[in-house]
Amino acid sequence: MLKRMQELGFVAVELNLYLDTHPNDAKALEQYNLIHHEIRQLQMKMDEQCGPSKGFGHSMNVGNTWQWAEQPWPWEM
Amino acid sequence: MWIYEKRLEYPVCVTGKNIRLAKWVITQYGGPDGELAASLRYLNQRYSMPTEETRALLNDIGTEELAHLEIVGTIVHKLTKDASVEELKAAGLGGHYADHDRALFYTDATGNPWTAAYIQAKGDPIADLTEDMAAEQKARATYNWLINLSDDPLVTDVLRFLREREIVHFQRFGEALNHVQELFATKKFY
Ligand SMILES: [Fe+2]
Repeated sequence: MLKRMQELGFVAVELNLYLDTHPNDAKALEQYNLIHHEIRQLQMKMDEQCGPSKGFGHSMNVGNTWQWAEQPWPWEM
Repeated sequence: MWIYEKRLEYPVCVTGKNIRLAKWVITQYGGPDGELAASLRYLNQRYSMPTEETRALLNDIGTEELAHLEIVGTIVHKLTKDASVEELKAAGLGGHYADHDRALFYTDATGNPWTAAYIQAKGDPIADLTEDMAAEQKARATYNWLINLSDDPLVTDVLRFLREREIVHFQRFGEALNHVQELFATKKFY
């Protein structure tokens, strides 16, 4: 799942930078929204199964302890 | 506002401890053409950019560079975390150990600390975007030299990804520069 998120995230970064300099590209705009939906769905699934992926209220904490600090950081994996 | 996402933009695996390689790669952490300089340069130049496009681009590339800083930091950390004092000494990092133990620090490959003198902000969008394009080329060249130095194929793979991103950033800055020049050609500026 993390690998898929890395792939989707990368496409989103690429489209975002591309759209910054091609703001009227209809095809890229459509692709961007498609990727957005896929990322949102995958993030909800990942957060439930692997713990919160984002801080400051952008992921839910499941369980009775603070999962954000319990899960390893990217440089520890 | 920034929201932290608990993952790397690109996965980092290393074959094993490699202090010598870490000593060179650190320059993309805190060296003149490294990711810290890149991110701070672009995020700082955002405020004086004249168009929607240039403000968005500097904001977003500046943000991606922060993710690259984290990738480079992860490489260095993984290559050095199990190093003994003897190994650090042998690889020429005795001085680093004296000042920082195994902590990361913002330096170039020869240990010079990061300085704001590495970056510019002229307030003139043509000058600043041209600097940004040069910065991307210098970062690309640095990744080239690091790839030549690397004896760890897993690290080389990550360095290739980062080199590719500099090429994309250069392309986007070039487009933004063209648009600003076209705009200036049709408008009267005092
Ligand atoms: Fe870059």
